Amino acid sequence: MSDIGPPRGTGPLARTEARLAWGLLTPTILAVSLVVILPLLAVFWISVKPVSLADLRAPETVVREDLRGRPAAAGDEATLRYRLRNSSPTSEITGVTLTDTWPEGLRLAGDLDPRCEIAEGELLCDLGDWEGGYRETLNIPVVTEQAWFDAGADVEDTPAEVDGKASFVLTNGEFTLENFVSVFDGGEFWSVLGVTLFYTIFGTLGAMIMGLFASMLLNHSFKGQGILRGLYLFPYVAPVIAVAFAWILLFDPFSGSANALLVQMGVTDQAINFFGERPLALIMVTLFEIWRYFPLSFLFILARMQSIPTDMYEAADMDGASPFQQFWYLSLPQLLGILSVLFLLRFIWTFNKFDDIFLLTGGNAGTRVLTVNVYEQAFAVSNIGAGAAVAVVIFACLLLFSVFFFKFMSKEEGL
Amino acid sequence: MKYLRFGYVTGPLLGVLWTFVVAVTVAVAMSFATGEAFRPSIIGALMFGIPTGLALVWRGKVVIASAVLTVVYFVALSLGVGPVLTGNVSLIARVVAALFLGIGIGWPLVVYLRDLTMGTLTRHEFEDAVIKALKGFGYVFFTAIVVIPFYVMVMTSLKNQAELMQNPLDFSIDLSKGWGLFRSYVELMTEFNFGTYMWTSFYISVLTVLITLLFAIPGAYAVARLRFRGQATFSRSILLIYMVPMIVLALPIYIAFSMMGLRNSVAGIVMIYPVTTIPVALYMLQGYFRGLPAEIEEAGLMDGLSRLQVIWKITLPLSLPALASVSLYVFMIAWNEFLLAFMLLDDPSKFTLTRGIASLNSSEIPRQHLMAGSVIATVPIMALFLGLEKFMTKGLTAGSVKG
Repeated sequence: MSDIGPPRGTGPLARTEARLAWGLLTPTILAVSLVVILPLLAVFWISVKPVSLADLRAPETVVREDLRGRPAAAGDEATLRYRLRNSSPTSEITGVTLTDTWPEGLRLAGDLDPRCEIAEGELLCDLGDWEGGYRETLNIPVVTEQAWFDAGADVEDTPAEVDGKASFVLTNGEFTLENFVSVFDGGEFWSVLGVTLFYTIFGTLGAMIMGLFASMLLNHSFKGQGILRGLYLFPYVAPVIAVAFAWILLFDPFSGSANALLVQMGVTDQAINFFGERPLALIMVTLFEIWRYFPLSFLFILARMQSIPTDMYEAADMDGASPFQQFWYLSLPQLLGILSVLFLLRFIWTFNKFDDIFLLTGGNAGTRVLTVNVYEQAFAVSNIGAGAAVAVVIFACLLLFSVFFFKFMSKEEGL
Repeated sequence: MKYLRFGYVTGPLLGVLWTFVVAVTVAVAMSFATGEAFRPSIIGALMFGIPTGLALVWRGKVVIASAVLTVVYFVALSLGVGPVLTGNVSLIARVVAALFLGIGIGWPLVVYLRDLTMGTLTRHEFEDAVIKALKGFGYVFFTAIVVIPFYVMVMTSLKNQAELMQNPLDFSIDLSKGWGLFRSYVELMTEFNFGTYMWTSFYISVLTVLITLLFAIPGAYAVARLRFRGQATFSRSILLIYMVPMIVLALPIYIAFSMMGLRNSVAGIVMIYPVTTIPVALYMLQGYFRGLPAEIEEAGLMDGLSRLQVIWKITLPLSLPALASVSLYVFMIAWNEFLLAFMLLDDPSKFTLTRGIASLNSSEIPRQHLMAGSVIATVPIMALFLGLEKFMTKGLTAGSVKG
């Protein structure tokens, strides 16, 4: 009995399509995994490594070769000298061997170092293991022959080769939990986390409320609406470095206009150090965040607002709803979806924000958030491992948020 | 709220509040413009706002109200009373301030209070007036907070250190200096190599846009149109990618680049930037591609085009507006990028504009240079933005999941 139902499984056409799709996606997948996935894995790896900024260069053997004693004529005695050094002050290099072509016209005079031998015109030395910071000078007494002067050669013409197995801290089998201990130690972590949460929650909420307010201003058409809308986007569009420095100058304690204005208006008697005092600095960076990102919320909310049908408002008007009631019972429920999506997205992005605080305060005066802490640990304290450990903590928090995020996003926006 | 709903209460109340708002605005604006001492007074706002509000509820026309108030405030300013107090300022400044106060208070207040009567108000009338006043406040407030930092930025760049220290509020510029006003810009261009930085930033951004499109267009098309196993998962995980903070990636990238010798090279930057923008671009484009009618493409397929030809000859021409938005958005991200440039570039000959500005932030370099640098970085992106506002807004809305 032959099967005469519709075809099941994937046919050749579907397979071609899938193959094409993967072909089109391959470049993206490759690039993204190289620059995103790989570094992410690397962060996990580094976070359990005792690595500091100075360890980033793999330890190398360094050799300098010269002929001492200034031989002037055949038969003069001289010393062939190799100065050897381990470039790393801490890491060990094992199984170091030196090979060099024996210079023509030089004859061994006296004892050769017991670790070395000369065979077939080659000098071979087995120098064993070098601990960090190891230095040694290898002296080989020689007598020059006429051939040396005939050739007019120099010992450096044939560079000596030194081989050894360096144990590079990023690739060896040495692991430590020290980084995580130092991150969670001393209570600093919890204050950093507290600052991060304050900054993230108030920054996100503030930007959304301001965005909501701004979008209500521009939700009806009037002359100049386009210009105003463009103007209100400026804080977001301008380079962060430009606006951050403008804020710093504006709120400078010595020659800032804001202070001059406040003093002149009698609000305060003496200049306020806006970005240098606890807890004012934290409030200021949060305000900056709100100022810089309200345009985004405003764009989002405005787009949604303009798609709410006007007849709903007309009906509400007929039923006698006052303007505030219309806002509360009509607009807000309509906007709830976009507001929650916006909140989640902005929450994650504010949590990830680095540039703003780094430029405004450098993480001083009680404004150090987790992302700035990564930089501080890795580059200011030069402890890359600890920086990576903070990065892992950030990543863990983000995973937690993403779970919420996907739950909401898939419901609200059908992504 | 119920007790406020009388014309003779609402009117003066809004009158006082609005008088104070305008007084603060005028005081700040005049201080910034002239550098002279203007300051708002709450008592003055109370004294002048109550009668204004009452009068305007009783009856009011824009022209009459503005004219009367202008005269009143001119006299008040000269006598040293009223919502804005000032010391000895010039006659012109007084006239301008009085004009602003008169029109700024009179005109909007008449509009707010137009529908009110002296007696009991309905909830609708009351809230309407309040909302109008709130909106008026909103326009003033948002415009002020957006404009002031940019104003300070531009004006600071045109002054010199001594002038700035003497009176931080005086942003009036001395037009008699002519081209001398732009001295810090000239110095930046000649002594600080800002011309080169601009060029570097420009071509890095353009390259980033091109590479991003090259990767994102086929990817977006595959996700939007082609059926394959894992399509849904894929389109979701694109979003996940830009949940990863840049600083987390910057650390291993810094290490890898140090070891490979790619630090301090434009090539290294060009390799990294597009990857940070590909996911956004892909996400934006696939949304647009989904919206295009599939029938046209199917017709193309029936007529013997291959898939790639369909993309090239049908999909891309149809999605030019989306491509423009994406390009602008990516250009903006690359132009404004600071973190990676800051970490990876140390050699002044390879600086991008943002990195160049960061290098100006030292106590030895006068701050008008810093602000001039900021203006140089801001103006091109603003010009692009204002010129192509429609595309830009669309791009921002679609891509603004990215911070």
